[in-house]
Amino acid sequence: MDLKEKLISSFLAFENTSAADAGIHQIRTAAFHDFEQKGFPTRKDEEWKYTSLKEVLNHDYQILTKNNTSDIDLNDVRKYFIHEIDTYKLIFVNGVYNSLLSSATHDGMDICVMSSAISKPKYKMVVDYYFNKIVNKNLHFANLNTSFTKEGAFINIPKNVVVSKPIEIIYFNTGEDAELMLQPRNLVVVGENSHVQIIERHQSVKENSVLTNTLTEIFAHKRAIVDFYKIQNDLDSASLIDNTFVSQQKESIVSINTFSFGGKFTRNNLEFYQEDERITSNLNGFSLIGKDQFVDHHTLVHHKKPNCESHEMYKGMFFENSTGVFNGKIIVDREAQKTNAFQQNNNMLIDDGASINTKPQLEIFADDVKCSHGCTIGQLDEKAIFYLRSRGIPEKEAKALMLYAFGNDVIEKIKIPELKERITRIIAKKLNVDLSLEV
Amino acid sequence: MNKYTEDDLKKELETKEYAYGFYTDIEADKFAAGLNEEVVRAISSKKNEPQWMTDWRLDAFRLWEKMEEPEWANVTYNKPKFNEISYYSAPKQKPKLDSLDEVDPELLDTFKKLGISIDEQKRLSNVAVDIVMDSVSVATTFKKTLGEKGIIFCPISEAIQEHPELVKKYLGSIVPKTDNFYAALNSAVFSDGSFCYIPKGVHCPMELSTYFRINEGGTGQFERTLVIADEGSFVSYLEGCTAPQRDENQLHAAVVELIALDNAEIKYSTVQNWYPGDKEGKGGVFNFVTKRGLCETNAKISWTQVETGSAVTWKYPSCILKGDNSVGEFYSIAVTNHFQQADTGTKMIHIGKNTKSTIISKGISAGKSQNSYRGLVRIGSKADNARNFSQCDSLLMGNNCGAHTFPYIEVKNKSAKIEHEATTSKIGEDQLFYCNQRGISTEKAIALIVNGFSKDVLNKLPMEFAVEAQKLLEISLEGSVG
Repeated sequence: MDLKEKLISSFLAFENTSAADAGIHQIRTAAFHDFEQKGFPTRKDEEWKYTSLKEVLNHDYQILTKNNTSDIDLNDVRKYFIHEIDTYKLIFVNGVYNSLLSSATHDGMDICVMSSAISKPKYKMVVDYYFNKIVNKNLHFANLNTSFTKEGAFINIPKNVVVSKPIEIIYFNTGEDAELMLQPRNLVVVGENSHVQIIERHQSVKENSVLTNTLTEIFAHKRAIVDFYKIQNDLDSASLIDNTFVSQQKESIVSINTFSFGGKFTRNNLEFYQEDERITSNLNGFSLIGKDQFVDHHTLVHHKKPNCESHEMYKGMFFENSTGVFNGKIIVDREAQKTNAFQQNNNMLIDDGASINTKPQLEIFADDVKCSHGCTIGQLDEKAIFYLRSRGIPEKEAKALMLYAFGNDVIEKIKIPELKERITRIIAKKLNVDLSLEV
Repeated sequence: MNKYTEDDLKKELETKEYAYGFYTDIEADKFAAGLNEEVVRAISSKKNEPQWMTDWRLDAFRLWEKMEEPEWANVTYNKPKFNEISYYSAPKQKPKLDSLDEVDPELLDTFKKLGISIDEQKRLSNVAVDIVMDSVSVATTFKKTLGEKGIIFCPISEAIQEHPELVKKYLGSIVPKTDNFYAALNSAVFSDGSFCYIPKGVHCPMELSTYFRINEGGTGQFERTLVIADEGSFVSYLEGCTAPQRDENQLHAAVVELIALDNAEIKYSTVQNWYPGDKEGKGGVFNFVTKRGLCETNAKISWTQVETGSAVTWKYPSCILKGDNSVGEFYSIAVTNHFQQADTGTKMIHIGKNTKSTIISKGISAGKSQNSYRGLVRIGSKADNARNFSQCDSLLMGNNCGAHTFPYIEVKNKSAKIEHEATTSKIGEDQLFYCNQRGISTEKAIALIVNGFSKDVLNKLPMEFAVEAQKLLEISLEGSVG
């Protein structure tokens, strides 16, 4: 039985068991209908031209998650938390919310879980208003995620709140099922003038095949500031498909920072919709991958109104036989005069066998705009390495330093110092050196 | 003097009428509309082609029947109805002419109107011209002078008769019949075109030039150009196109193949000015062209194009850099206005080591037009030290047009160095202000800025063409303003 058939048969069972509001049932069924018709994308789809799903889909994934909490040893997973600072935590184990490890709140804001949001009448208004509103219905995996909406993070920040500490959302996979498919669904609503920092992570504890198809909707109201960090540093057995949709209102600033280090297969669909004036959107990406790894970034920034800005910067470093894909699309509508849209994609191919496919794409319908994109593919500067070595720095460290400097533009965008340190450590580990940098 | 502002320029661009829209009443020998094996055979027999050529065409036709029209390009149009097109139209056959004096005076008149009076060309500009009207080559000049150097420059129909070994060897070797829908169609029904062979070590002493014109209504033009530069030779080749004003859409599907053997260099320049349709977007030529060149070791191919015409353009002159140290270049200005749509760009396929390519593309969109750049840079895994620089800039005039860029970059070799940059802008008020405050009038400033914008490409054109291209762009450049 192939995965699509399995999903079809699982869907009925899922609909019967999963409690939710009637409206949600409807949305799920419609989305599933879409998925059923379109199926999985193939390389004939322009958006999947360089990305083959064959390997990823060829598994007998367990689709329905259990309802009871799995056991997890805090000591096993503690290292994945940013324990240096106090955070709100939403922890999910094998797709199920783990209240022991989590620290949620309803105090002046809601930092809780999707399952209660879609079943409790208290949240009905919020869910009705926002849920599934900005999801791009042309994306196969977004539809699939919508149809299996059950669990995930639900964050609703009212007006004029600066959330005092970052929110960590972590999805663990403990390897209870040999092959598991997870489909978390997050909804983030940030009210006027509010400010929030969110860190999202998907992590396997054991080497079992897991496919995570996650979807996050983010709504930023007037003057809201949202910093979102995605840490993708899973084991080599994991595959991740991330769909993130951002809708911004007047003068809001949303930054999505994606750090891709791990996982066998990673695909990021990131879409920004600017609904009003004077909005800033920031998209930052840092990829550093090695043996047999694959990372694909598909981004879209849709400028709909005048006087907005977008800044996009993606840096990629590709070792061994890894493959990178970057597709950055910027659309500027006719109405969106005075738009400033900048996009940059820099790549380094370090070893033979590494490859990169990149397609920065501009579609511009307004005349008074400044839009540019730049894309480079290159190598480490031999002379600079020689210089460092002549100063007594070993070759490996010299290269690592150069790479770190190359990616520093992105790293320094991290606004949480502890997280920056964490990322630096991951980079050092990945490069197998002691960077011992002051951060 | 009235102030010349960007709005004036815009207006000028918008109201500029097509100057080449005349129709010459020359009796034409035209096939009935429709396409089937019989028509393909008829075209072949009309040309007295040998059997291998007929078979080649039929093979292409059979392949074409199985193909579907591509839809991936960023253009929308009503697909041509392939059964309503006449696939062969020739000015009534004349006996073979020895000198220009014997050419039909009306035909000569046409050329005068085109501004390419053959006599004049002959005397003044030292350019050898092959003229293709409604798919048939009608006049080739300078044949004798070229012949002395061993250069073959003749209609391809003649080459099939007289140099079958060359045609057989190279025709379809760069753009195979199966390449795409329009290339297959062209392979089946092409009626004429230019053929050019530069022997080993010969530096072609003059520019070779072909003028294409669609004259007859309800016809398609399918010409085929084959340029072979043997080892160590050099040739500069020009191509110009015009068509009369018609309400219907005419189809132009050409194939150009360039072969640059070791150490050879080919410079191929195009000024494409097919009828673009009127202000309401009615009529105009569909220009679906496949152009490709192959570079052997140390060879160089350079494409320069100025695209101002056609209702719909679909054109990607490409270079296959097969040999080590080969070089590919692409310089393009594409101007679209009214309802024109252009989807154009290039492909640089790096296969050999130390290969280099440069892409400079300038798009200017006005009116309600859509202008797309679509390019591919591919570095194969064996192409060590490949180098590419791409730049695509778009200038938007007015708020109803669009500029699009679709650059694909695929790299499989770690030693590759790729740089790509693209910008979109209008003529900035700050730029104008800066010029103004230095004492440069707005009028001159605009000329200066637009000139600067397209100069990278204009500079690459041979002299005579550069002048024509500037005229075509209808943008006042240096010296012509003020």
